[in-house]
Amino acid sequence: MQVSKEEILHIANLADIEINENEIEKYLANLEDILNFANIVNEAPVGDLDITIGANEAKNVFRKDEIKVFEDNKSLLQNAPEQELNMFKIPKVIN
Amino acid sequence: MHITELTVHELQEKLKNKELTSTEIVKAYTDRIDEKEGDVKAFVTVLKEEALKQAGEVDKKIQSGEQVSEFTGIPIGIKDNMCTKGVKTTCSSHMLENFIAPYDATVVQKLKDENIIDLGKLNMDEFAMGGSTEYSYFKKTSNPWDLNKVPGGSSGGSAAAVAANMVPWALGSDTGGSIRQPASFCGVVGLKPTYGLVSRYGLVAFASSLDQIGPITKDVTDAAMLLNIIAGHDEKDTTSSDRPKIDYTKSLKNDIKGMKIGVPKEFFGDGINEEVKESLEKAIETYKKLGAEIEEFSLNIEKYALATYYIVACAEASSNLGRFDGIRYGYRAKDFSSLKELYRKSRSEGFGAEVKRRIILGTYVLSSGYYDAYYKKAQQVRTLVMNEFSKAFEKYDVILTPTSPTVAFDIGAKSNNPLEMYLSDICTVSVNIAGLPGISIPCGVDKQGMPIGMQLIGNKFCEETILNAAYTFEQEINFRENYKPQFKKM
Repeated sequence: MQVSKEEILHIANLADIEINENEIEKYLANLEDILNFANIVNEAPVGDLDITIGANEAKNVFRKDEIKVFEDNKSLLQNAPEQELNMFKIPKVIN
Repeated sequence: MHITELTVHELQEKLKNKELTSTEIVKAYTDRIDEKEGDVKAFVTVLKEEALKQAGEVDKKIQSGEQVSEFTGIPIGIKDNMCTKGVKTTCSSHMLENFIAPYDATVVQKLKDENIIDLGKLNMDEFAMGGSTEYSYFKKTSNPWDLNKVPGGSSGGSAAAVAANMVPWALGSDTGGSIRQPASFCGVVGLKPTYGLVSRYGLVAFASSLDQIGPITKDVTDAAMLLNIIAGHDEKDTTSSDRPKIDYTKSLKNDIKGMKIGVPKEFFGDGINEEVKESLEKAIETYKKLGAEIEEFSLNIEKYALATYYIVACAEASSNLGRFDGIRYGYRAKDFSSLKELYRKSRSEGFGAEVKRRIILGTYVLSSGYYDAYYKKAQQVRTLVMNEFSKAFEKYDVILTPTSPTVAFDIGAKSNNPLEMYLSDICTVSVNIAGLPGISIPCGVDKQGMPIGMQLIGNKFCEETILNAAYTFEQEINFRENYKPQFKKM
């Protein structure tokens, strides 16, 4: 499985992760190694088996859409990297 | 016998008979942590003062004759990916180095309901991604049997702390073997329950369709007791099962006559260490002697299951870890000129190399052009693995395999080769893929005195069967009496 430099940079961009110039080769080698191994799934005798997305019975779990107030704002905001006026602070988004 | 060498059921007996107070027990453990933490490095956070204070309060309750739960005053250690209100939950990551959860995970709440005392948060591979605890941002935990070796992972802190008598029991989490493999490496008992038996609410998600919380303990009785506490339906986790509660300690019958045990020959093939094989073969003989019916059979899925595991787990992780963006919690980079740059830099600086590797792999297999070849195929293989296990459980009560192909390896031996590290999960991942319960118990040691683990796999929600099989074996070989960690230094 050959992965190109452009491809890995594209994937990293999708994942919002920066890869430095000097890390690219290492990431490429690791990724190719793992993908070569993972390719074995294409040899599995799956025929036209259905896909499985979870480990237990697929059933919907419904509940009433009720508002439950979480009052401890302080304990939420104490984790904020930056805050102001009891709100999470982020850089300007709209010019 | 020293207090810290006792199992929880023994401690419980002594608390009940007033031979020991909770303060004496907690003090013995905090002393032991002071003595051994420098060597073992199992903890991310030690709650010494808090635990002693709580023990004092509990003792007052007991002395005043107040009605208390049977576990009141027993301490525990918790893997650092389960949210504990007011106490740091770091996932051993720079990203969450200062994160203080605003709420308790359901399992943590259940411990508190029993007046169980938290001794601290235990080290792990960052975000539970790894098999050696070397990928922790903070420290590398050592194996108490030989300090130059890894304790396994990702729940390496939990297993090492139990083995070193720094906690009487601990909670771990298991996505591809992260309870069973470190239990095997450290010579203790580790149980990964059926998917859905224990609530995942408040467990920092790695791969949601595979993650499950479970006990790491000194013996099987303690594992059954801790499972009693943590199992049960939780409306906050829609995947949690609403089956009625079971008392798992009642399943420990010390009798397995007529039990049908299947031994899949593929799990004893190339790549499995000879001494591990020999030890397992001896264990099989023991089971025969105890009256089990043993049969070899073919379960040719382990390579497909491992590949499927890394595709599915990384795909789910790439989505689950999207929430770490430097906005509401977690690490935020210092220099950025836009929101996009804030996300990218915070994630790139906050996550370690292995976490980034898995996010990239997960994003890759989900990306357009590769989705069908990898992710969809892996989901089909998942069905195949489930079907193969279903067929096996028509014939057998229990499936017996090694927990890991090798004993604990040297620190540094695999940390630079991700694929080699992944291959050491080959015996455990299929259990997560199929959502089954699996337990690892020690069955012997190799020539160097390192513990070897045996895995017993059960059908869905058949924890009672594997617990009884494990218990009966444990009573026969008395591993804890015959072998103890040596804290070997060189």
